[in-house]
Amino acid sequence: MTHHTVSVELEDKPGALTRVSQMFARRGYNIMSLAVGPTERRGVSRVTMRVDCSEHSFEQIEKQMHKLVNVLRVTELPPGESVERELALITVTAPADKRAELIAMSEVFGARVADVGRDAITFEIVGRPEELDAFEELVRPHGVRELVRTGRIGLRRPGSPTSQARQKAATVH
Amino acid sequence: MTKMLGSDAILRSLEAEGVDVMFGIPGGAILPTYDAIARGTSVRHVLARHEQGAGHMAEGYARASGKVGVAMATSGPGATNLVTPIADAWMDSTPIVCITGQVKSSLIGTDAFQETDATGITVPIVKHSWLVQDVRELPQVMKNAFHVARTGRPGPVLVDIAKDVQEAEFDFVYPDEVDLPGWKPPTKVHERQIREAAKAIAESRQPIVYAGGGVLSAEASAELLALVETGGLPAVVTLMGKGCLPDSHPLNYGAPGMHGSKYANWALNKCDLIIAIGTRFDDRVTGKVSAFAPGAKVIHFDIDAAEVGKIRAAEIPVVGPLKLALTSLTRELKALEQRDRVHWHQTLQEWKALYPYKYRKAEGVLKPQTVLETLRDLAAERTEDVIWTTGVGQHQMWAMQYLQCDKPRSFITSGGLGTMGYGLPAAVGAKAARPDATVVCVDGDGCFQMTCQELATSALEGLPIVVVIVNNGWLGMVRQWQELFYAERFAQTHLTKQVPDYAQLAEALGCAGFMVDNEDDLESTLRAAFDAGRSAVVDARVDPDENCYPMVPAGAASVDVIEMPDEEFEHEPITG
Repeated sequence: MTHHTVSVELEDKPGALTRVSQMFARRGYNIMSLAVGPTERRGVSRVTMRVDCSEHSFEQIEKQMHKLVNVLRVTELPPGESVERELALITVTAPADKRAELIAMSEVFGARVADVGRDAITFEIVGRPEELDAFEELVRPHGVRELVRTGRIGLRRPGSPTSQARQKAATVH
Repeated sequence: MTKMLGSDAILRSLEAEGVDVMFGIPGGAILPTYDAIARGTSVRHVLARHEQGAGHMAEGYARASGKVGVAMATSGPGATNLVTPIADAWMDSTPIVCITGQVKSSLIGTDAFQETDATGITVPIVKHSWLVQDVRELPQVMKNAFHVARTGRPGPVLVDIAKDVQEAEFDFVYPDEVDLPGWKPPTKVHERQIREAAKAIAESRQPIVYAGGGVLSAEASAELLALVETGGLPAVVTLMGKGCLPDSHPLNYGAPGMHGSKYANWALNKCDLIIAIGTRFDDRVTGKVSAFAPGAKVIHFDIDAAEVGKIRAAEIPVVGPLKLALTSLTRELKALEQRDRVHWHQTLQEWKALYPYKYRKAEGVLKPQTVLETLRDLAAERTEDVIWTTGVGQHQMWAMQYLQCDKPRSFITSGGLGTMGYGLPAAVGAKAARPDATVVCVDGDGCFQMTCQELATSALEGLPIVVVIVNNGWLGMVRQWQELFYAERFAQTHLTKQVPDYAQLAEALGCAGFMVDNEDDLESTLRAAFDAGRSAVVDARVDPDENCYPMVPAGAASVDVIEMPDEEFEHEPITG
């Protein structure tokens, strides 16, 4: 089993996301994370999904997704060739005497204080998913009250070989 | 541009798509469209007695004609009753368009009377579906729906249309073009792959063509025949493919799989090259996949890329339209020198002679296989085409084994979903598609009781069919499994042969009814049914003990085919 990140361009139509996620469920593939939002083209959404499966299964997933009428394009985002980001909001228990320590720590990670309460702080952190994992681990001993992550989003690096090949193909057509 | 109601636009769209028959039942949410039918249309509407029947009729129509079948129903229960035919069409790649009424847009989501999320329920079993809530979208949706159903790998689509959309007036123009940016089924094949395939075939000592239903869907029977004859290639043909290569052709070794012959299974398992064409390595064919055809290289031709490598890795995948692919392959093959395969052909012939389909006749009992053999012989005498449909179970497997189909689209059955009750309504649909042909449904007594209400449709709509019930008084295939794998604990499988009285039931539904329980009267009874001049049902009461062999037990390697055991003949008969 390996992790795969896949980027799906989807027509922004009612039920389109259901068809994609349902196909995963029906064929027994587990979605680890899913993020969806608009793209540079009107009427087109981009879904970034993280799945844990064998190479053979991943090939099946790609082929099955290509058959969905609302799916415009499916691309794998290989680790070395893509930029991946995620946003997390984490509310950490922070009595007055711990605040300074927590805030100092968060700055090392580039996290920002989104809100401060009487005995808790909500941090926002944007970064590679692994960075978010590390930050989460670090604040955990202080007591994580609530946590939410958006799920990773990603794009191919403009300089990656595959991306350049696509650019070229796009110019030819 | 013409001003009209949404309901009329639905019919104008069907007409524009060349639909000549549709099958359905009216109800509240689709009433405006039935009112439009009353206003006039060139599309014939066949009134079914159950929406499941209408759906299977649309399937039978599609499979017999190669055209898209159309079923129409109301919302809620009308739509849910279509779910089985939709699933069936999905599994067997049958192109159908189902049109369902939906409650008014303002009521959607309120749990209104007869409201069901039809598009939601069917998501996993349609190629695509549309919920139309704006009448201006209707023509394009209809255009797209037919296009999706028939292109690429065929299959079912659903168009769910809110009642207020059917009642709304708008300017109707039927579009010339589809608008489906994400739908790109392959239209070409890679010539390099074709050359690789031709080379592999030419070099193979023991090749076997493994052809399936995709050949029929692609109308590529002539191309398959040319390939088989050019290469001198022996072939096996799946249940769904039956008829895509003439059963009488000397290179056709018939059906492999769970109840296929030992020689077909051996041919497929002991070859060195599988040339899979429009087929998907179904578990009913492969048995235990890890033990399937261990020495074979695989060339896999399919229109659906997702089927290639799904179950069995293909050394040479060829994705694209089969007609094109097979034409190119035959051309390439002609230029190559073929390996000498005399030994392989001899071996196959020996296996065929050693392990034919067989059964033992017994005094005083009518054997089901005799019914099928007699039907086969009667059909051979007919001058018109004979189209067979079947239910699901033992009778279906005997039909596969004994009937002879030499033409494409002459054997219509539920393969993937295994829908009991499919045969009778499918026969009605096939008759609507091919009024010139004699349509015979070989049914089981269990199957018949699931959809026999459609005999009324057959009788009243002038769509005469012959139904031959292979009546053993049991849910026979289940009984067979209970006997072999559940220590003869026959839980809830005994139906009895006498109730219902099938001949009387047939008469009650407006058809001719016949009963036969012995071999002497079999042929004359079947003949009388064929020549009844109206729909006819033959209750053929057969040996309740008979099991269907050969058999590959579920999960076993398909090379380990079990022939009919000798002790089979020593059983005390179970009285029906």
